[in-house]
Amino acid sequence: MRRERTPAPLLVPAALAVAFLVLPLAGLLVRTPWSQLGTLLTAPGVGQALRLSVVSATLATLVSVVLGVPLAWVLARSRARGRAVLRALVTVPLVLPPVVGGVALFLVLGRQGILGSWLAETTGITIPFTTAAVVIAETFVAMPFLVISVEGALRGADARFEDAAATLGADRWTTFRRVTLPLVAPGVAAGAVLCWARALGEFGATITFAGNFPGTTQTMPLAVYLALQRDPQAAIVLSLVLLVVSVATLLLLRDRWLGRGAAA
Amino acid sequence: MTLGAHVVVRRGPLTVDVALDVADGEVLAVLGPNGAGKSTLLRVLAGLLPPDGGRVTVDGQPWDDVAARVRLPAHRRPLGMVFQDHLLFPHLSVLDNVAFGPRTRGASKAAARGAAAAWLERVGLADLGARRPGQLSGGQAQRAALARALVGDPALLLLDEPLSALDARTRLAVRAELRRHLAEFGGSTVLVTHDPVDATALADRVLVVEDGTVVQAGTPADVARHPRTDYVARLVGLSLLPGTGEGLAVRLAGGGVVAVAEPVAGPVLVAIRPESVALYPSRPGGSPRNAWPATLAGATPHGSTVRCELDGEVPLLADVTATAFAELGLAPGSLVWAVVKANEVTVYAR
Repeated sequence: MRRERTPAPLLVPAALAVAFLVLPLAGLLVRTPWSQLGTLLTAPGVGQALRLSVVSATLATLVSVVLGVPLAWVLARSRARGRAVLRALVTVPLVLPPVVGGVALFLVLGRQGILGSWLAETTGITIPFTTAAVVIAETFVAMPFLVISVEGALRGADARFEDAAATLGADRWTTFRRVTLPLVAPGVAAGAVLCWARALGEFGATITFAGNFPGTTQTMPLAVYLALQRDPQAAIVLSLVLLVVSVATLLLLRDRWLGRGAAA
Repeated sequence: MTLGAHVVVRRGPLTVDVALDVADGEVLAVLGPNGAGKSTLLRVLAGLLPPDGGRVTVDGQPWDDVAARVRLPAHRRPLGMVFQDHLLFPHLSVLDNVAFGPRTRGASKAAARGAAAAWLERVGLADLGARRPGQLSGGQAQRAALARALVGDPALLLLDEPLSALDARTRLAVRAELRRHLAEFGGSTVLVTHDPVDATALADRVLVVEDGTVVQAGTPADVARHPRTDYVARLVGLSLLPGTGEGLAVRLAGGGVVAVAEPVAGPVLVAIRPESVALYPSRPGGSPRNAWPATLAGATPHGSTVRCELDGEVPLLADVTATAFAELGLAPGSLVWAVVKANEVTVYAR
């Protein structure tokens, strides 16, 4: 069967859009100082920033899974009133400028903050400008991705399996552990990967709430931004590393989870 | 030691109000059209849906009692349920699906798997325990679902359209197996179906439910012979005509008169089997007592015969052979004469 030609009024803007999205990345590859790649990558600070980024993004993802999956269950399954409001509140960080999120976190958890002052007085712990602050900032912006993804998976899963489990003597908690969670595992994994990628790239909330201290709070995106002003070559190499990680994430999502989900 | 239930549930415009009793070892079929409230009834018995009124008692234990605010949650009811499309957990092996119930009810992993393996053996799936449900055929999945429901030796077995997901050939074999397992099962069984063949083959008693209420109850043979509503008559392939008995004739509500072999009086139902109706192109000679003019409203092939739907004073279904159908030159709208012998007409009180 012969396909219709794509009309020019659609084809031209579409081609422009592709160019717009792809050219900057191509530019990054073209300008990469491939000969100095080894030395730049092993420069002090680069490994440190990369390690910090991976560790904090992974911790933020773990926190998001532990707290976000139950939240997604509540949004998808409970019949409590005010669920629509709850969902709206939970998804605000998706659209909120991350800097605003950082400011908000600072106002609550900062040394003078509502919870932060109490925490400092009772335990002597202050959160801002620590690695913990990085993890908190990343969790704040990234958890909604996981919640939305898992909620979608829960809504798509056949709730009658939960009825079947109940007739087999499983209470709701057992049903969640042994039936619901395994059924939505692909959705949880996809949400975790998205969440991790978002946390890895987090800039605004991190620099506002956690600052920019090499070794404790300077993640890759912060390092890229600083390097661009001092040493553009290093910024390009650091950006390349993040690009590679992003593409790898995308491939993982496509082949492992999205592909399987689409086939099922 | 039985199931005794009176269930009242409101679901939008439909109010289900059904009372039923099932003795140990007895199989009750709840037969009815889609949307009659059969599945709702079953979900209440399973504890998946709270009733708006009534009570459910099994072996003397109250499972639901709305007036006394008693409600045993689904997972604490010793029952087994087979769902329409089986609902085997796709992430577990067939063996672990069957072992799921014993595990949640406190058995050790080894004991649960042992019991599951024994049941898989009983339903003829001993070799397939390691498979995923997706790798089973429809009939195998149905047997696995039955094993999963029966493994805990429940007090009550609920079957929701257990054979409707199967193709015709598999259905025949699985129905026979199901019948054997139901005969061995010591508890009460409630089977929901819209197929009168399933009800006849599997049940000791039939409850016909329409629009949420019981319209007829009895043995399968009784229900098939003496349908009380058009729905049941249609299911068992009879023409059902309400009328008033006047000696050797019944005056129909629709205006026609049917001659019968035994004198009758009062409100009655007349049932006529399609195969006892003969069709003629014109009024036959010999003055048969039951000969009515009719219009052919529709015709569908039915095995080697053609089932004809006749409109007229006496609306009837008639089965004629394909040859006869062709020889009569019948087409929708054709005028024919329908003839039935008086001793082929069944009459019973309304």
